[in-house]
Amino acid sequence: MSTTMVAALNAALRDSLREDASVHVLGEDVGTLGGVFRVTDGLAAEFGAQRCLDTPLAEAGILGTAVGMAMYGLRPVVEMQFDAFAYPAFEQVVSHVAKMRNRTGGRMGLPITIRVPYGGGVGGVEHHSDSSEAYYAHTPGLHVVTPATVADSYGLLRSAIASDDPVVFLEPKRLYWSAADFSPAEVSTAQVPPIGRAMVRRPGTSATLLTYGPSLPVCLEAAQAARAEGWDLAVVDLRSLVPFDDETVCAAVRATGRAVVVHEAAGFAGVGAEIAARVTERCFHHLAAPVLRVTGYDIPYPPPMLEKHHLPSVDRILDAVARLQWEQ
Amino acid sequence: MTVLDDSTAPGLVGPPHSHGPRRDPAPLLPDPEPVRILGTPAAKTFDAELQRDLYRRLVLGRRFNQQATTLTRQGRLAVYPASTGQEACQITAAMVLREVDWLFPSYRDTLAVVARGVRPLDALTLMRGHAHSGYDPYEHRIAPLSTPLATQAPHAVGLAHAARLRAATDPAAAEDLVALALVGDGGTSEGDFHEALNFAGVLGAPVVFLVQNNGYAISVPLASQSAAPSLAHKAVGYGIAGRLVDGNDALAMHSVLSAAVEHARSGRGPVLVEAVTYRLDAHTNADDATRYRSAAEVDAWRARDPLTLLEGHLRAAGLLDDAGVAAAAKAAEVLAGEIRAQFDNPPDPDPDSLFTHVYARPTSQLREQAAELAARLDADADAALAAATDAEDEAR
Ligand SMILES: Cc1ncc(C[n+]2csc(CCOP(=O)(O)OP(=O)(O)O)c2C)c(N)n1
Ligand SMILES: [Mg+2]
Repeated sequence: MSTTMVAALNAALRDSLREDASVHVLGEDVGTLGGVFRVTDGLAAEFGAQRCLDTPLAEAGILGTAVGMAMYGLRPVVEMQFDAFAYPAFEQVVSHVAKMRNRTGGRMGLPITIRVPYGGGVGGVEHHSDSSEAYYAHTPGLHVVTPATVADSYGLLRSAIASDDPVVFLEPKRLYWSAADFSPAEVSTAQVPPIGRAMVRRPGTSATLLTYGPSLPVCLEAAQAARAEGWDLAVVDLRSLVPFDDETVCAAVRATGRAVVVHEAAGFAGVGAEIAARVTERCFHHLAAPVLRVTGYDIPYPPPMLEKHHLPSVDRILDAVARLQWEQ
Repeated sequence: MTVLDDSTAPGLVGPPHSHGPRRDPAPLLPDPEPVRILGTPAAKTFDAELQRDLYRRLVLGRRFNQQATTLTRQGRLAVYPASTGQEACQITAAMVLREVDWLFPSYRDTLAVVARGVRPLDALTLMRGHAHSGYDPYEHRIAPLSTPLATQAPHAVGLAHAARLRAATDPAAAEDLVALALVGDGGTSEGDFHEALNFAGVLGAPVVFLVQNNGYAISVPLASQSAAPSLAHKAVGYGIAGRLVDGNDALAMHSVLSAAVEHARSGRGPVLVEAVTYRLDAHTNADDATRYRSAAEVDAWRARDPLTLLEGHLRAAGLLDDAGVAAAAKAAEVLAGEIRAQFDNPPDPDPDSLFTHVYARPTSQLREQAAELAARLDADADAALAAATDAEDEAR
């Protein structure tokens, strides 16, 4: 059965709402319209306007209200309409959502899922294409999860909603309309992927590409193209930036001795910098070359007609692989 | 100027265009002057035992503020934002709530937290610097003291809304609760305050917002903070009721807050109460209030001290005599003694607590970091022990 990422996310919300009466969806346009990307399509009709609530247009208010709902034992799933429009809610995320368990000595956890469509490559005008993962990943107390496949969209969102910790769930909007042979109805609870485990999407022997979210298909394409150059590239899909799966990542890097981190977000002080540092600290004696990064440039996200230069491409990835000191 | 005299022009006839209902703002408007009961005929009909109870509690509240301030001088509290002068607000905020209700305090509201039943040592844990919050929010139905201004206001809305949702879907678990959020005058300028009022109005959540308008946000006077007719008027724009009350009149505070809480509880919607009061002490023990307000101003407000206003009224009404005053003072000394005893050698915080409650289960990274700190502390302890043994040997 061919299923799009949007449909898989919708199914995850629907199944969570059905199985757990404490789950409540809220956000801008999530009710009657079904969300601007239709991820919440049909939920208000099936579960009622209170379970899938069209809120006033105020992101801090949405998240602050969700905090209070979670304090009372509900499991709010908040939709932020776009990456850059989640910023008004940042204080609530950083000062309360992330810290409440810690502030209360473990007495009050906030099981809130914050869904954020993120990333570029869709021709969006400014403020519609940000990759904001580093802001969240730098905030202790949050889990930061990003699916790259249709099946993971379903499974990881189920896990995020079931988590007793707050999860920032970053949905690569570029992949919203990607489709795969996947049927949510056939997924048993045991198959739902846990949060915090990376996945080797392609085994390889020459070098390891470490990536997540919207950049996974680009890396897989690069690995395919690299075969012509005689390189057999492994590709690791991180899936969860926090918690970070050091074990899977280090095993995959040690197996090849070479690594490139790929993401759309600006490189400076980005998630890739953390990954390169962690891999270097933990795998130094297995490395034949420094860990390289292929990322967005350190610029505000560009206008649509220029975004192709900014986004990591197959060519930029292969160029980085070529620089991994093969002649040694 | 163009005069439109052709009343048959298209678009100019028929009912005005309207997206949604229009409401009459009149019932939402606060009184032009703060509600007062002390010194008015209404004081005569106010329950006598309740008046005496308010007095005793205000005396305890004042003593609490004094004792906490003393603890800062002794270095036992890192900081204390006193509510001296605002005791009528703090005490009544706790008194009008039922057990089922929730309180959402800010950093200035430790007294309200204690008045709701939290042990002083636990209520002051934040100020001691031992932990961010020292009491169980579920046991007392009090959110942790919130320092980022007004950010707790939307939490009150969400919790009150959630209680309504649960009551609708699970009548057996229904709780007729009200959430009371405490905010300062400066806090009303924050976006979160605005968004909380708006959400409360739209959701019809059983929330009461109590603004303690003490005239200043640290050094900034209200005139630089808002051009609103009053802070209570801010309610009207959100379709909720605004009430203005004399925050130094304990009887008025109790009466207005009780009515507001019952208004919300009965499903008639949220209420914003502005209590006009004054903080007689500096912003915190670290603040120098002489830089922004005059001694004459402070003296004028000292003459309107909520405690002396109430005491004067009770004596005049024959509800309080010297023996009653002495008894209240004695109870206050007992409280102060208890606080001092609680602060005598409280246990030190455990360094391992740094890592235990970041997530429901620590990540592998946090387990590594906890082990690293534990090893360092063990090594430090070993070194200290070795140094002590050496010193003993040398002494021998
Ligand atoms: C979001 C935020 N900004 C700034 C501060 C620093 N700050 C702490 S108290 C305060 C003044 C608050 O005044 P008000 O709301 O009137 O309360 P009061 O201190 O008078 O009780 C400020 C600016 C803060 N705590 N939170
Ligand atoms: Mg103030």
